[in-house]
Order: sequence, then C-alpha cells, then structure tokens
Amino acid sequence: MQLTSFYFKSNVRRKLIDPLLQRNMKRFGGRFVEARAAVMTEVDNLETIRVAAAAIRDRSLANLDSYLVAFEEQALARGSQVHWAETAQDVNRILIEIAQSNGVKKIVKSKSMVSEESGLNDAVEAVGIQAIETDLGEYILQLAHEPPSHIIAPAIHKSLEEVAALFSENHHTPRQTDIPALCREAREQLRPHFLSAEMGISGGNFLIAETGSVVIVTNEGNGRMVTTLPRIHVTITGIEKVLPTLNDFSTIVRLLTRSATGQSITNYVSMLTGPRQEGDLDGPGQSHIILVDSGRSRLLGTEMQEALRCIRCGACMNHCPVYQNIGGHAYGWVYPGPIGAVLTPSYVGLKNALDLPQASTLCGACQVVCPVKIPLPELMRVLREKSFEQGLRPWHERLFIRLWRGVANRPRLYALMTQVGVRVLSLLGGKKKLLHHLPGLDGWTDGRDMPAPQGKTFRELYRKRRS
Amino acid sequence: MSARDNILARVRRGLGLPGDIAGFERPAVQEYIRKNPRGPRPTYHWSDHVARFQERSEKLGTSVDRVASLPEVPEAVARYLKEKALPQKGVVWHGLHALEWERAGLMLAARGAHADDLVGVTGAFCAIAETGTLMLLSGADSPAAVSLLPETHIAILDVQRIVSGMEEALALMKSEREALPRAVNFVSGPSRTADIEQTIVIGAHGPYRVHVVLYGSVYVQ
Ligand code: SF4
Repeated sequence: MQLTSFYFKSNVRRKLIDPLLQRNMKRFGGRFVEARAAVMTEVDNLETIRVAAAAIRDRSLANLDSYLVAFEEQALARGSQVHWAETAQDVNRILIEIAQSNGVKKIVKSKSMVSEESGLNDAVEAVGIQAIETDLGEYILQLAHEPPSHIIAPAIHKSLEEVAALFSENHHTPRQTDIPALCREAREQLRPHFLSAEMGISGGNFLIAETGSVVIVTNEGNGRMVTTLPRIHVTITGIEKVLPTLNDFSTIVRLLTRSATGQSITNYVSMLTGPRQEGDLDGPGQSHIILVDSGRSRLLGTEMQEALRCIRCGACMNHCPVYQNIGGHAYGWVYPGPIGAVLTPSYVGLKNALDLPQASTLCGACQVVCPVKIPLPELMRVLREKSFEQGLRPWHERLFIRLWRGVANRPRLYALMTQVGVRVLSLLGGKKKLLHHLPGLDGWTDGRDMPAPQGKTFRELYRKRRS
Repeated sequence: MSARDNILARVRRGLGLPGDIAGFERPAVQEYIRKNPRGPRPTYHWSDHVARFQERSEKLGTSVDRVASLPEVPEAVARYLKEKALPQKGVVWHGLHALEWERAGLMLAARGAHADDLVGVTGAFCAIAETGTLMLLSGADSPAAVSLLPETHIAILDVQRIVSGMEEALALMKSEREALPRAVNFVSGPSRTADIEQTIVIGAHGPYRVHVVLYGSVYVQ
C-alpha cells in the first residue's frame, strides 16, 4: 500500500474539512462502542480473561521461534506448504510463483490486511492475474480504488449513496436505494467468481502450533468460500499470529469477537488444516501458508514488543477520539488508529511516520478496551521520546521543549511565570473566558476555543486551601 | 541462508537467544502444548444445555425445532420448508441419506453441493450451548459446502451432543477423532454483513437461513 503517513498533518487537515467524510464518521460514532459495551456484560470476569489472553500472547511471543517451528512441523505433516517471506515484496513474489506455476488466471480474496501491506492486488494484476476482493467492504473499495480505512469495517467511511452509485456504475444495473438490495447485488456479482477462480487467498487470524491449523474468524461466508471452493488456498499472515493451542484460541476468541463487532461469536470460525483429504468431496487440493516477517521481528526484545500481542480487533480505533474525527485514511498506511500509530512507525520507520505517535490525546481509552492489554499510550509516548532523541521533531518544537525544561527546573521562576501567564490569559479570555486565538499555536484554536485560566495558578489555590 | 533461517535467526536475536535454530526451549513449548491448559471463561449460569442452545440460537437468527426421535426428522424438515415456501429438494450429507426423506415428500441428493442447490441438509458433530453454535467437521460423508452454498441450511442434531463451551467441543473431537479434519466450521447463525453503514444485513455470501432440528432426549440421571 502507498505510504502517506509522512503527510499525516495535511491528510488530517483535508479530512477535517471533507463534509462527506465528516458526516459518515459522525454516523460511525459510537455504534461499535455501544455494541461492545453491551456484549461485554456477558463476561462477568472480563479482567481475568484479559489477563489470561495477554499472557497467552506473551507466551507465544516469548517463544516465537519454537512455536513457529512447531506450527510448521504440524502444517507440513498435514500436507500444507509453508513459505517464509522476509519482506512485503517477498510476499508478492512467492504468491505470484505459486499462481503462475499452477496456471492461475483468477484469484478470489477474503480480507487480508497483510496483503494490503504488500500491495498484493496491484502486483498480481501487473502480471495479468485477476484478483477480486470478496469481503463486501473490501469489494466496495476495490471498485472505488481506495484503501481500507478500518481493519474490521474497511468501508466505514462510505455512505449508502456512495456505494449505490459505485455499484450501478460498475455493474451497469439500476441504482439501488436500500442496503439489503446492495448486499444481494454484491452476492450475485461475486458468486460466479467464487465458483470459477482457481485460487483463494485469505488472511489468518491465528496459526495453531498444536495442530498446524489456520483459524479464520468471519461473518459473511466469503472466507469459507475462498478456502473451500478454489483448487488452491493460500493463507497470508504475520509470524506473530501463532498461538500454542486450540484451547488458547478458545480463550482469546471470546474477547476478539466481542471487542471487534460486539458479537458473542462471529457467524463462522473456521479451523483449516491442510488440503483436501482422501475421499473429501470439496476443499482445495493445495494449501499454502505464507508466514510474513516484514518488520515484525524487529520489534521483539524492544519496548515495542507488546504491540505484537495485537489480535486486530479494532476496538482501539473504535474508541479513539482522534480516529473518530479523521477516519482511517489520514493515518496513511494499512493500520489506522492507536495501534496504527504504534505499528506504522515501527514497520516503516519512525521518520516516515513522524506525526502518528502524536496523533493521540493520551486519553487512554484504547488501553482500557484493548483485549490483550497493550499499553498503547505508553508505547506512543516511547515513540515520541525516540523521535525527540533522534532529532526528528521540528526545530521550534524542540526549542520550546528546551525552554520549558529550563523554566520547569527552576521552581521560583516557574511560579512567577505561571502567575503572570494565567492572569494575562484570563484577561484575554474576556467575559466568556474563552480564547479564540493563541498566537503561534493556531493549531489548537483553529477548530475550537480554548477555555481561559480563571486567574489563579494551582499553587496559589493550593496554598490558600491549606491555610 | 534461506528466508526461513533468516527470520528465525532474527526472532531469536530479538528474544536474546543464541542464533542456533535447534532451540533448547522446545521441550517447554512441547510441554505446554501437551498440557493444553484451559483458560478462564465467563461463569456458566445455566444448567440446561438444550434450553441455552435454543435461546442463543434464536438470538442469532437460527430457528430451532425439536422432535422425539431421528425418524421423525424428515417430516419436521418438510414442514419447515413448506412453512417458508421453500423448495422441497436439495442436497444432504451421506450420513443422513438413509432417512426416509422421500416419504416426507423431499428430494434430497447425497453429494457435494452445487452452485444452484437451494437447500442443504447436514448433521453436526456437536453444538455449543454457550453461544448457540454448530460444530461441523468436513469429510467424505460431510462435505463443507453443503452448509455454505445453499440459501437455506438445515442442521440435524442429537440433543445429547450439545456441550457447554468451545473447549468441550474441541475435547470431544479429540477424543473421538484421530486427527482434525480439513475444515472444522463453527457456524453461529445465518451469514451476515454490516459493511455498509454498519447496518446488519442477514444473508451475505453464505446461507440466508439456518434451521436446526433437534432430536432425541437427554438422559436423566
Ligand atoms: S491494539 Fe488491542 S484494541 Fe487495538 S486492534 Fe490490537 S488487540 Fe484490538
């Protein structure tokens, strides 16, 4: 996927004044949040399960080499072919080799965020192979030539009217006006492709070391189609997705689906182990699994390792006030929201995604809802520190922080300056005590007013109360 | 060095382990897999698995019918199809072919599913009370696409095979089968999508309807 994270600030500016996106994001608003909250009431020991889920992921990561080797051994024993991809380019190369050596002309895909990392669709089309996205959201975006803006609901930024226009233009059909009709139209358009494609590509929510299985967690049924009907199935997934056992999966899936879409369980959970067996009437004749590193191993043993626990539920973005306002595209790469703000700089380099760790109020909502307890605000803070240390922040910001440090280290001076400061700001705030402009810091007051201080510093108030 | 070796070496370096891939902590890993501990889960406050299964299924949009014994199943299926004005023919798993479908007026072929089959009748390995979930195992007698391609999926289930949670379902499979089948499908209601404006629509790429016919009775101890 084209990386535009470096232009985060200008991306954001554009998104904030895009009336259509703003309307669609308002509608997105709290629905996922409410659905999650409602379904979590079924879990009377949520915190205990979260701790266990985080421990399971930590165990996988702390022994990642061994669990990967164990997974590979089991998968090979069941007749799957296991490929290892060091980079995103390697993913595309390996996939194209499999496709070409099997005479594949058409591929049907269910959602795979890892294949977005490598821009797989463009790569296979460049060699004359058709790749069709079949997840409804991804299909809409393929027609619109846009990347996903959410990891669970990729077309969350699109309205009914936009989808209707896209469908009627691309399918040459009359324009539909309701959502069920659009879903039916997509089903009818895509059914023939499931039946005629030679290859199906899926992501993998988890890899099970115990059994060599790939587990996919889905709702629409397209994931089952692409892993059942074409004669070749290829799973593309990250090396960090391995879990020790099926029991571990059972523990984690209770939180995954509840955190993601507010469902106690998704419609389908499929555990796929090897190709079609003797006597089977359906299932692919070949099963391939591409294990992707592409920057993941670099995080191991660093302060960022905890980010690899992520089970891609999307709860952190659903609950993020920044994401809710700017949508996913502004983040400029595959993973938006808080987890994107942490993963993108780690995978593509901090200097290429400099402003992402700043894209947070550090309100902590993401950390509170994360089912595997990733300390996202803390990780963003670490990245902020790093970008400062590496001299990547702009000169005026660094100068400002130096000045602030100078003052903060001198308590008397600090007290004096804040006493003067709050009084001036209080005066400027006028009767309503609101500041419409802060000279030099317009970024803060462009879209909203800043409440003016009430005229006394904290220390003054504290002293008064003590006496 | 192969890509595999490079990746594993990088992982090991990251974890602060020596570069050698043979890995001396493998016994601990194998040991954990062998022990296969179960994690914590929510309190199960119901006692009747069948009632819980039925309640959760209906919440998911799955309809549930109950008959006394297996031979009564074809009539129940025919009744359901008639009620919904659905075709009286389709495809069925081999294992269920011996039932008297024709007597009930149904034309069910025992084979893999075709694209134009409108009704698919399957069994189920077992079901999960916690979530109202069917567990289907693929195999020569139980092709996976029968529960996927047709617009209507009807599952026949022995009430004694409703277990409490996913852990019990997996344990049952391990105790009865030597190995995992190619596909284990946990099915919880008809397929759905909420990809347009977060509006839930039933019937995405898979079935529009899931109907379960329970038969038999639970042993009373
Ligand atoms: S970081 Fe946590 S909340 Fe965010 S997607 Fe990953 S698992 Fe979900």
